[in-house]
Amino acid sequence: MRFLRQSLAVAAKDLRSELRSKEALNASLAFALVILLLFSFAFDPTAETTREISGGLLWLVFAFAGTLMLNRSFARELPNDCLDALVASPVPASALFLGKALANLVLLLAVELVSLPVFGVFYNVRWLPHLLPLLGVLVLATWGLAVIGTMFSALTVNLRLRELMLPVLVYPMIIPALMAAMQLTTVLLAGEPVTGDNWLWVRLLVAFDLIFTALALALVETVLLG
Amino acid sequence: MTTLAAENLWKYYGDLPALREVTFSVSRGACLALLGRNGAGKTTLLKLLAGLVRPAKGCVTILGRAPREAAARARLGVLGHGIAVYDELSALENLMLFGRLYGLAEPRRAALEWLERTGLAHVRDSPVREFSRGMRQRLALARALLHNPDVLLLDEPFTALDDRAIGVLQALLRDALAQGRTIVMSTHQLREALELATHVALLVRGRLAHFGERTPEMLTEPGRLYRQYGEA
Repeated sequence: MRFLRQSLAVAAKDLRSELRSKEALNASLAFALVILLLFSFAFDPTAETTREISGGLLWLVFAFAGTLMLNRSFARELPNDCLDALVASPVPASALFLGKALANLVLLLAVELVSLPVFGVFYNVRWLPHLLPLLGVLVLATWGLAVIGTMFSALTVNLRLRELMLPVLVYPMIIPALMAAMQLTTVLLAGEPVTGDNWLWVRLLVAFDLIFTALALALVETVLLG
Repeated sequence: MTTLAAENLWKYYGDLPALREVTFSVSRGACLALLGRNGAGKTTLLKLLAGLVRPAKGCVTILGRAPREAAARARLGVLGHGIAVYDELSALENLMLFGRLYGLAEPRRAALEWLERTGLAHVRDSPVREFSRGMRQRLALARALLHNPDVLLLDEPFTALDDRAIGVLQALLRDALAQGRTIVMSTHQLREALELATHVALLVRGRLAHFGERTPEMLTEPGRLYRQYGEA
């Protein structure tokens, strides 16, 4: 219980800080909307091919915009050496990590939920009838992105080129989760049910989340202390 | 009773040894002034004592435990080079956050009490970014003392403070000593530190050149120790 309380305290702190400064939130949201707008000029919104690539397009935008958010996760602790105070406290590194990953999940989902209606309008895609299963895919894939991104944000926090390093490290790692999310989103936006072979992608997402969450929780102390 | 002990500590940055064979111990209620020129290894030593970095060789014990044990960290208060409070949050929110992280039963009550003691109660809801350097330092000390730690590690607590702010800080540290807390502080402000110190350690290029009780002569001539070891 104490572990969870400490994690929630860290998450609440990160969310409060971000909602007041809005540094990462504004940048991430603006980036997502601009990319969606630019892509909409590149494709004909009524074409069948656009529907077929809708999942891939949406998740690429989420992944690009997401790294802007994730970059700030541990970098937020650098001014005033706040990370030292957190590491010196009795909070386990894993609780600190979990709190930050939860805050990132909430912030990433906020950007995605604002981008989704804009995507629907620009690309003439009806997403509202499939909202519930789509939310499930969003939460599962975004958790994977948040876990990997938070871990690498901790790893790169002291690097001068961390803004560049984070995407270079994160994108190859999240390929399985992205592939699953793209496939499932395309199926759902096409109005098809998730059945048969597509359940494999759901299982892949769940397994990805479980494995990388467990790995991150086990390794984060080493990452933070060297 | 030994509260804090360092035994044969070595720490490298690359190939360069930042600390070499540092061994000492501090008893309960003592105040150790850690002196040394820039780059002597003071901050590195404090980070090792706080468990923020791992030594290449040697070990640290805080109240008989390794500094990375949660039980040791719960009894440790750390004030580093940075003040380690969040600019976007208010003073009260900062202290309540750390109260929760340290598992205090009533974080709000403890936070309000320390804001009162550090003279920051009137600005408790203001964001820290609006604070002066002295106010930030007092808040940082309140953050370090919030959970009533047995051991305080302070890295240059008097830096950039005016006379009045130094006086307030010294009074807070005297209170902490009177309550039996152990303090290790690195500083360049010799007079202010020596007024509080019961013991003095001097680091010269990563080696512990001197360790002993603070003598009355050190107070009258604070720079003498540096001259004695060719560090003037």
